[in-house]
Parts: sequence; structure tokens; C-alpha cells
Amino acid sequence: MPAETTPHPDAYSDPSMKQGVSSSAKTAFACALVSAIAFFVAYLSQIEAISSGVPWVFNAPWVPRLGVELAFRVDGLSLLFSLLISGIGVLVVIYSYGYFKAHKGHARLQWLLLAFMLAMLGLVSSDNIILLFIFWELTTITSFLLVGFDHENSQARRSALQALLITGGGGLALLVGLVMLGQASDSYLLSEIIASGSAITEHDHYPIILALILIGAFTKSAQFPFHFWLPNAMAAPSPVSAYLHSATMVKAGIYLMMRLQPSLGGTEEWFYTLSIAGGITAVWSSMMALRQTDMKLMLAWTTVMALGTLTLFLASDLRIAAVAAVTFLLVHAFYKCALFLAVGNVDKSTGTRDYHKLGSLIRSMPVTAIAAVLAALSMAGFPPFLGFIGKELKYEGALAIANEPWLIVATAVAANAMMVAIALTFVFRVFISGQSTITREPKEVSVLMWAGPLLLAIAGLATGIFPDLITTFIIQPAVSDILATQSEVKLSLWHGINGPLILSVITVAIGALLFFKLNVVSQTINKLVEKLPVLGDTAYESLLNAVQSLASGLTNRLQTGSLSHYLTIVFAAFVVSVAATLLYHPIAMDFTDLTPITPIIALVVVLMMGASVVVAFSNTRLLSICALGIVGSGVAVLFLVFGAIDVAITQLMVETLFVVLIATVLIKLPRFPGQLHSARARGFRDAVIAIGAGVVMTVITLGVSLAPLDLTVTQFFEENSLTKAYGRNIVNVILVDFRALDTLGEVAVVATAAMAVIALLKVRVHPQGPHS
Amino acid sequence: MNSLIFSTISRLLVGLMLLFSVFLLWRGHNEPGGGFIGGLVAAAGIIVYGLAEGPLMMRKLLRVNPRTLVLIGLLIAVASGILPLLQDSAFLTGLWVFIGATETDKGLALGTPLIFDVGVYLVVVGGVSGMVIALEEEL
Repeated sequence: MPAETTPHPDAYSDPSMKQGVSSSAKTAFACALVSAIAFFVAYLSQIEAISSGVPWVFNAPWVPRLGVELAFRVDGLSLLFSLLISGIGVLVVIYSYGYFKAHKGHARLQWLLLAFMLAMLGLVSSDNIILLFIFWELTTITSFLLVGFDHENSQARRSALQALLITGGGGLALLVGLVMLGQASDSYLLSEIIASGSAITEHDHYPIILALILIGAFTKSAQFPFHFWLPNAMAAPSPVSAYLHSATMVKAGIYLMMRLQPSLGGTEEWFYTLSIAGGITAVWSSMMALRQTDMKLMLAWTTVMALGTLTLFLASDLRIAAVAAVTFLLVHAFYKCALFLAVGNVDKSTGTRDYHKLGSLIRSMPVTAIAAVLAALSMAGFPPFLGFIGKELKYEGALAIANEPWLIVATAVAANAMMVAIALTFVFRVFISGQSTITREPKEVSVLMWAGPLLLAIAGLATGIFPDLITTFIIQPAVSDILATQSEVKLSLWHGINGPLILSVITVAIGALLFFKLNVVSQTINKLVEKLPVLGDTAYESLLNAVQSLASGLTNRLQTGSLSHYLTIVFAAFVVSVAATLLYHPIAMDFTDLTPITPIIALVVVLMMGASVVVAFSNTRLLSICALGIVGSGVAVLFLVFGAIDVAITQLMVETLFVVLIATVLIKLPRFPGQLHSARARGFRDAVIAIGAGVVMTVITLGVSLAPLDLTVTQFFEENSLTKAYGRNIVNVILVDFRALDTLGEVAVVATAAMAVIALLKVRVHPQGPHS
Repeated sequence: MNSLIFSTISRLLVGLMLLFSVFLLWRGHNEPGGGFIGGLVAAAGIIVYGLAEGPLMMRKLLRVNPRTLVLIGLLIAVASGILPLLQDSAFLTGLWVFIGATETDKGLALGTPLIFDVGVYLVVVGGVSGMVIALEEEL
């Protein structure tokens, strides 16, 4: 995994950048900040109404014929996410201002953050599933641009592309899944789909719908086996990682699963898929986290672990599991964003993120260290932090799940113990104690950069001590929406001595043990990883290579640069496909009612046939072209015989010009008498294709002329040509009036083609090189 | 092509064919003809002249760059479609004036479809002759 072996330090700490922030960056910053604050305040003002069960609703038509409308609906679950997105958005925007300062990409970053925030807010408040999908894709695209922010770095580009391909590919599956869901439940409105309860689980297509939607959710939320893109996405600058890959974007998949749980959940398929994928993700990624030395990558893997845990708990439809999931979501957003930002500060100040090289940062960077320590303690789940409540709830939920309680308990304990070890590493090896080996004397960062992490860390502490702050207004409504029933939620720090508490003690004990033996543990994990045959990232790499070699192989076979080769392929494909269709659906032939062959028709046809033979066997190009002209002119005469005068004139003119043009070119070409005709074998093949094309075309033409004609359109033009368009020549009236838009398009094509031909001819190819 | 006969005839022909092409364009709405066919006939005339006299003379005959002709044609066609928009009709709706109309005869009918057809005519003339000029010049 290249992303892990060559960790790329954030390179935005260039001390030479002393000049001020550019005005375009200031504008972008102001826009992003004002929008984020405005949204946050707007959502806060709705909190009371929404938590009492009255959602904020907005509807406007958009594509009415397709049933796509701008339907927004902010209920308890949406509110939880919206507050996180806009609230953390405010902090991240402020942080980024301090982080990027005079960096040349500062303005771009702020605009992208704003675009991403809007897409994310749209996603969590869409009520129409097509609208939801559009926002889903917008978050994919904006996150692609943000991960690849440092676009001069090939690693960043690779990671961005990987994130795009995996989440975008999942998005395609999701689209199909959502459309099928909409068709199966007869509504494209989420609120209606959810209101119809679990009816969809009885539907014949339920397994397919479930699989497709879960592929979308799993790719976005980095669940096994699609988990590997998320740690690679750490090529993004720290604030972006903090925002996208911890607090918001990766939660989109979690949001979708929470949202659809009332419709799709409650089945065995749902339970086992989510619990197995979530369990594997949680345990595997916490092991991966332990082996990292780059703190940012460590955090990235713990994010994957958190997402796995959330998925695990969404598997069950128990109330306590939903409470655990929602609380943990909040816990995680607080501590993870704080830690990412703190690591960004450390990186900026010391130039490294390797915890082996750092130590006792509290002396030089006190505020950042305090924020990081508080957040880490919440991550480890120590009282009195919200993390403790979250962890107790997880254990309570795990014990309550009836199907596989012990498996889930074991998974949760294992993952949490590793979280404890990582948190202890942060606290004792980096921030409070430990030996620093760096030469540079770190300095505390500016208030812009420590305010965010400190505020989030304090939020984790305050809500732990006073859980009532968030219970009624945020957690309870969200849980009610996940379960689609009104639910009472009570959170408290102290539950008495019970199962979860005992599990917590065990967790801390194991975690402490892992921490003290961290070197041994990470070496063991490294050995284990080396023995694995396939990793997600290598599988991705070989798949991508396979696609590329397939594409280049196909291109090399098809794009030979030989015109006769192209024509062979085109006509052979035409003959084979049409002939196969004709054999499958034979056309009934009836030759009794054909137009009689008059002498003039017979004469023209014989002429054309003779000319065709000349085309095929002549020895000079000029003769071939002229003979081909005779064939075309013969067609024109036939048009004339059957009364299509306009078409006949056009055909004749085009044919004449064609011969002139080709002759102009051919006269200048050197003569290659030997190569005009193909070798015997190729000649035979060409003859077969040519005769086949002729036969197929004849059969089709006969079939078409025998089918009864629908004269509605003809009658319309005959009746209206003179009265409405004042013209007796129907062909011309159609061209310039009834279907003038088509003609305009055709004329534009003629113009473009002519321009292209002229431009191509003007390109002079010199012997020295392609351009003059 | 250095042929005195061809060169003499071509000078006669080009005038006749250009005249005929305008005639075709004009009568197209009621009789066989129209902008497309007219344009092709005009281009054929210009090409005959060009084969006899060479691409430089073709350019002199056209007076404007064929690419400019194409562009002007496209603009005229689009403009004829925009005119009805000013009257709250749909794009490319035909608008007509009848000069000297009486109770029984609608007189001389002039409409935006004719303008549109002129645009088509110019695009075809410019495009086809432009391609031939480029071929003659570059090959």
C-alpha cells in the first residue's frame, strides 16, 4: 500500500509564505463562513419544532414528468446530520483560514468546502430519492476535488481517483437500487416509502434492491471490502480529512442505512450483511490503525473502525442499538474531528506526524495538546466523556441483540480495546509524556487553529457530563426517525454495576495491555498483513490495470488506422446483426402487389449494376469513382421516376460534387497499381461482405415497402402546408418551417464538417515534424 | 486545367448556374428547389469555375472567405428563428407579410422561412466551395 509506506506530510507550512491572504481567498472564506453559520443557526432555530415531530418541508416541481421534484424534508435524523455538517463546517472553515493563509490554493479550497457542505446538506434533507442521488454524486465529485487538492502530487491524484472510482461506482449501483426501490414502492418520496413500512421486504426484487443500495452505502462509508480508499484519501490536507472523512461525507452511507432501515431493515439479509461487513470492518481497521506510525493514518483507520461499528449496530432494529448508533455517531464526530485538526496542528508545527518522533508536546503546544488529550479520552471511552456513554450504550446494545450477542460483544470489545490503546498512545507518547527527537522547536498555532479542536473536545466533555443537553432535542428525534416510531431516550453516565460496565473494565484492561506492548503488537500485525494473499488496495490496482490493458488491447485491434479495416468491421457487423435479426424474426414476403417494372426502370437498374461491376473490377481509381457516380446518378433517376423531385435534384448534385471532390484528391495521389485490389483471400472476404450487405439491404427494403404505411404525418403536412405555411412544395415547407429546427441542426453539422475539413487540410505535415 | 475551351465555357456556366441557384432558392417554397439544392447548384458552378481557373480565382469570385460565408449563413438561419421570439412565438415559427394582398389573392408572401432558407443556402455554398478550395490549395 503505497499510501502507507510513503506518508505525505502536509506541505502547507512553508515559512516563506509571510505575505497576506489573497483577496480572492478572503472572499471565498467569507462566503463559506457566512453560509455555514447561516445554515447552522437556521437549523438550530428549527430544533424545537422538529424534535417535537414536525418536520420542515419544502416542495417545488423540477422535472414533473419524471416524478423528480425538489422535495426537501428535515426531520430529526436529517437535523442531527445537518447540525453536524454545518456546525463542524463553521469550525473547519475557520481552521482552514489559519491553516492555508497565503497558500495559492486557499480560495479554491474554501469554495470547494462550501460546495461540499451544500451538497452534503442537500443529501441529508432530500425527500425525493432521485434528488438524494444527485446530491450523493455531488458529494462524490466535490470530495474527489478535495482529496486531489494537492494536484501536483501523484499520490494525491491517485487517491482522489481511487475515491472517485469506488464511491462513484457504488453510486451507479445505488442509482439502480433507488430506481428499483421507487418502482417497487410506487413512490419516489422517502417519507412515503418509509411510511409504507416494511412492505418492500416482501417484494420479489427485495434482495436485489437491498444489495444495490448497500453497495452504494458500503462504498461511500468505506465498509469491507471497499474500505481501503478511505485511508488513502488522507492525501488530502488535514482540515479536509477532518471534515470529509470523519465528520460528514463518509457518514452519507451511514445516513442512508439509518434512513432506509424502517423500509429495508428487519430481515435476516439486512441483519447478516450489515453485521458481518460492519464487524469485519471494525476489527480489521482497528488492527490496521495499531500498526501505523503516522498519526493521521492511524486516525483514518479508526474512522473506518467507527463506520464499521455504526454499520454493525444498524444491523439490528432494536431501540437500544439505534440509540447506541446515534450517540456514537455524535461522539465520533466530536472526537475525530478534534483529533484530525490537532494532528494537523502538530504536523504544521513540527513537520512530522510520526508518533515515534514526537513527545511531550504539551510543553510547547499546550492548547492543542489539551484539546487532543480530551478528545482522545473521549475516543477511549473514559468517564465522564460522551465517549463513555457511547461505549456503554454499544455494549448494552450488543448484549441485547438476540441473534448473535456474543459475536457482536466480542467484536465491539476487541475494536474498543484497540481504540483505547490508540488513545493512550496519543495521550502518553505524543502529548503528555514521551521523548521528542525532532530538532525544530514546535510553537503553538494561532487561535484560528486551536479554537476548533478545543471547542469540539469540550463539547465531548460537556455533553458527557450533561447528557440532557442533547438527549431530547437531538438524539431522541433521530432515534425515532431511524425506528420510524416515537421513542423515549434517556442517557446517563452512571448506570450502576452491570454488564456493560464490566465489559468496559475488561476493554480498558486489554487496551492498556496493548498500549504497553504496542511495538510487539504492531510487528505481529505487520507480519500478518504480509502473509495475506490479497489486500483491497492491490486488488483495486490489478483490476484497474486489467481494465486498462483490456481497453488498449481492444483499441489496438479496432483502431488499426486502415480505412478498409474499419469498413470491413462496420459492414460485417451490419450484415451479421441484421441477418441474425431477420432469421429470428422473418419478414413475410408478398410479391403480388409490387410496382411493375417499366422499361426505363429496367434500363437504369441495368446501368447501375454494370457500373457496380466496373467499380469492383476497374484498375484505376478515377474509373472506379466515375462508375460509382453512375450508380449514384441512377439512384437520382429512380427518385425522379417515382416523383421525389427535390430528393432527386439533391442526390444528383451531391453525387456530382462527390465525384469532383474525390477526383480532385485522387488525381494528386501517386499511383499504386499493385495495391488497388486486395489479395485473393481478402478479395473473397470483401466480396462475401459486400454481397451479404446487398442481400440484407434488399430484404429490409422489400420488407419495409410491404408493410402498411401510416399516413397520419403525410396527411398532416398535405393539409397544413399551404394553409399554415403558405407553401406548395411540402418537402421544402417541412425543411424550413415544420421541422426547421432539424434543418438548423443539419446546417450546423454541415458548417462544422466543412470547418473541420478545411482546418485539417491546413495542417501541413513537414518531414521534420508534425506541425509547422 | 489549362484548356481555353473549358475556361471560356466555365465563365459562362458559372454565371448561369449562380443565377439558376438563386432562382431555385426563391421558388423553393412552392416548386422543387430550396436553399439546400440552390446552395449545391451554386457550389457546383463555383467549382466548375475553380477547376478551370484555379483556387485563387475561386476566392476572388467569392469575394469573402468561405468560412465567413458559412458563419454568416448560420447566423442568418438562427436570426430568422429568433425574430418570432420577439413576438412571443416559439423559436423558428414562420412570420409572414403579404405585400399587395387583396381579398382573393394573397399577393407577394415574404416570411422568415425564406430568410432561414437564405441562411441554409449560404452555409452550403460556403461549406462546399470552402472544402474544394482547401483541397485545391493544399494538395
